[in-house]
Amino acid sequence: MGGTLIGMDYLVSGCQNPAAKNVSVLFDKDHVKFLDEVGDTIIPKTKTPGAKDVHIGAFMAMMVKDCYKADDQQIFMKGIAKLNDECNKQNGKDFLACTPAQRTAFLNALDKEQVAYTKTKTEDQPNHYFRMIKELTLLGYFTSEPGCTQALRYLPVPGKFEGSIPYKKGDKAWAT
Amino acid sequence: MSNNTYDAIVIGSGISGGWAAKELTERGLKTIMLERGKNIEHITGYVTANKDPWEFKYRLSRSQQMLNDHPVLKRDYVLSEANLDYWVNEHESPYTEVKPFDWFRGYHVGGRSLMWGRQSYRWSDLDFEANGKDGVGVDWPIRYADLAPWYSHVEKFAGISGSKEGLSQLPDGEFLPAMEMNCVEKDVSARINSQYKDLRKMIIGRTANITVPHNGRTNCQYRNKCALGCPFGGYFSTQSSTLPAAMATGKLTLRPFSIVTKILYDKDTKKAKGVEVLDAETNQTYEYYAKVVFVCASTLNSAWVLMNSATDIWPGGLGSSSGELGHNLMDHHFKCGANGEMEGYEDKYYYGRRANGIYIPRFRNIGNDKRDYIRGFGYQGSASRSGWHREIAEMGIGADFKEALTEPGGWSMGIGAFGETLPYHENHMYLDKTKKDKWGLPTIAIDAEIKENEKKMRVDMMADAKEMLEIAGVKNVKTYDTGYTLGAGIHEMGTARMGRDPKTSVLNKWNQVWDAQNVYVTDGASMASTACQNPSLTYMALTARAVDHAVSELKKRNI
Repeated sequence: MGGTLIGMDYLVSGCQNPAAKNVSVLFDKDHVKFLDEVGDTIIPKTKTPGAKDVHIGAFMAMMVKDCYKADDQQIFMKGIAKLNDECNKQNGKDFLACTPAQRTAFLNALDKEQVAYTKTKTEDQPNHYFRMIKELTLLGYFTSEPGCTQALRYLPVPGKFEGSIPYKKGDKAWAT
Repeated sequence: MSNNTYDAIVIGSGISGGWAAKELTERGLKTIMLERGKNIEHITGYVTANKDPWEFKYRLSRSQQMLNDHPVLKRDYVLSEANLDYWVNEHESPYTEVKPFDWFRGYHVGGRSLMWGRQSYRWSDLDFEANGKDGVGVDWPIRYADLAPWYSHVEKFAGISGSKEGLSQLPDGEFLPAMEMNCVEKDVSARINSQYKDLRKMIIGRTANITVPHNGRTNCQYRNKCALGCPFGGYFSTQSSTLPAAMATGKLTLRPFSIVTKILYDKDTKKAKGVEVLDAETNQTYEYYAKVVFVCASTLNSAWVLMNSATDIWPGGLGSSSGELGHNLMDHHFKCGANGEMEGYEDKYYYGRRANGIYIPRFRNIGNDKRDYIRGFGYQGSASRSGWHREIAEMGIGADFKEALTEPGGWSMGIGAFGETLPYHENHMYLDKTKKDKWGLPTIAIDAEIKENEKKMRVDMMADAKEMLEIAGVKNVKTYDTGYTLGAGIHEMGTARMGRDPKTSVLNKWNQVWDAQNVYVTDGASMASTACQNPSLTYMALTARAVDHAVSELKKRNI
C-alpha cells in the first residue's frame, strides 16, 4: 500500500474543493454494515479477530468523511453501489446475500482489476474505489487494538534495542 | 519598574534559549526567559505520549481539516495528529514566500527542542575554515579549538550517545554508550568501511537520546515516539534538561505568551537596556530591563526581533549596519539518496524501536577528492524489515493475505544525504509591514533558493548512495530526488552571521551584536556557513561559550 494513502496525501498542495459535500448524511447504517462485510472478506476472522470485529465499516465511514477529498468521497460512495451491482451481475445476488466463498472469489477478482488499473493509472485519473476500501481496511485493522496486539506483536515500551534476534517463519511482525 | 528588572533576558526557550537560561542562572544571574507561545510542562504536557496506535482517531493519517489548517506544515511528514499542538498556528502567524520556503515553527516553551531530530555532531576545522579558504561568505571568526571545550561541556550535560571513530572531519565527543546497528546495517557498514579503506565510513548515528540513566533522567526506552515529548526524559529537550537545571537555581523566571517585539536600545550607552514584550493573551505591552540580552528566538525570528529594533538609529534595525542582517539565509538541502532490498537475512529481526539511524560522514572534497562543486554532504539512513504497509499484489484478499501481512516482509536499506548550502547574500528575509500577524506585528517575507553548487552536489548525493549500497550487496537499488524546498531541512541558519569585520557581519566572534555588545545572538542566525552536519549541538556550544563570555565581561564591567 506504500506510504501514501488515497485522499490523505502528504504533499499535494493544491486547493481543496470548496464544493465538498457533507458525506455524513451519505453513510447510513446499511452502508456501515455493508462495509463491515466487505472489510471482513478482505481481512477475515482466523485465529485472530477479523475486520468486522474492529468495526471496520464505521472506521471507513469516518475516514472517508474526515480525510478524503470531495472527489474521492464521491468515488467511494459510488463504489459501494458499484461493488454491489458488479456482484449482482456475476453472482445474481447482492454481496450480502453471497456465501463467504462467493464473496472471497468476487473480491479477489475485483482486487485484480484494481491492481491492474492502479498500475497504469496516471495521476489525473480517478482512484479505484476498491483500492480505497482495501487500504482503509488494512489501516483500520492493523492499527486497531486486536490488530496490533493479536494479529501483530505490540510493545508499548520495549525498554531496550537489540539489532539482531532470531526470526522463524510464522513469528509475527512488530505492530509499530 | 524594579519588578521588571533582571540581570539577563533570554528571548526564546528552544535549544539555544534553554541553554542560555541554564548557563546564566547557574552563574548566578537573575534571568527571565521570554517565550512567545504557551507553556508545555515536562511529562504532564505530553498529552499524546502514552497513546497507543488505536487511540489516534485517524491512525496518524491527515484529515482535511488538518490540511486546511496547516498549509505549510502539510508539505512534509511533520504534520501529524500525534503532536499537532506542538506546531505554530499558521493562520495567526502568516509569512510570505517570495520564493517557496518551508518554515516549520514551534511556538511554545521548548520550541523545536521538543520535536527535533536529535542527531548531534561536532563540526571540525574542515567546516570552520571553509569560507575563508573558498572565499565564500565571510571567514568564521572561530576555529574548532575555540569551540571544542564547549562541545564537551554541552555534551556532558545533554547526553549524546555515539561511537568514537577518530575521524578528523567529525570529531569525537563525550559520548554515552552508542546504540547498536542492526544485523543488516552492521554488514553494510563493514563492507563500506573495507571497500573505501575508511575514506568512507558508516557509523551509528550520534543522538541526544541517552542510552544510560543520565542526570536524573531515565534512559531511552526505544519507543521511537520522541516527537510527542518523552515522559522518560529519554532525549534532550529544554523541558527534560536545561529548564529544570535553570529552575533549580531559583534564579529563573519563565514567562510564556511573551512576544518580544523589540530590543530597547540606549543611544547614550550604545547598549540594549531591555526588551519590549507584547503579551500574546492580553495584548498588553510590558518592558523588561537587564544588563544583557540573549536572542535565541530561532534564525528567522531572531533576525525579525533585531530588524524591529532601534529603527530610529538604523532603518534596517539593530545589528543592520553591515547590511547583512536577514541575509545569507541557509538550510541543509536533502531529500535525495537511494534505497534497495537486502537478501539473506530472513532469519533475523530486531527488538525495540531505535530512534536513531546510521550516519556516513562527509567524504567529498576532502584530501585529494575534488568535485565540480565545493563542500559536501553526509548520509543518514537505516535498514529495516517491512510491515503490513507493503504491497502483496499477488495475494489479493482473504485469510492467506491476512496471515502473510502479520509476518514481517523483506529487509530494505536506504540512505539519504544532507548537503551543505552556501551563504548567498541575496538569499534573505525582510519585514513585510503591509502584512500583519494576529497581533498587528509586521510579518516575515522570505526570498531565497538553492543554486548551482547545491544542484551539482545533489547529483553526487544520489550517485554515491547507489554506489555504496551496491558495493554493500544491496539489491535493486533505486536513487531518488523527491525535490527540495529551502527550509524543509528545518535547519534555518545565517540571518545574523558571525564574522571578523563589523562591515560584513552582524555578530563578532563571541556572538555579540557589533552594534550593541550586550546583545548576544546564539541560535542558528549566527552561523556563517552550514557545514553538512546537523547544527543544534553547535548552537548549544556557541550559547554556552557566549554566556561564559558575557558573565566575564559583566564582571569586568565591559558590557
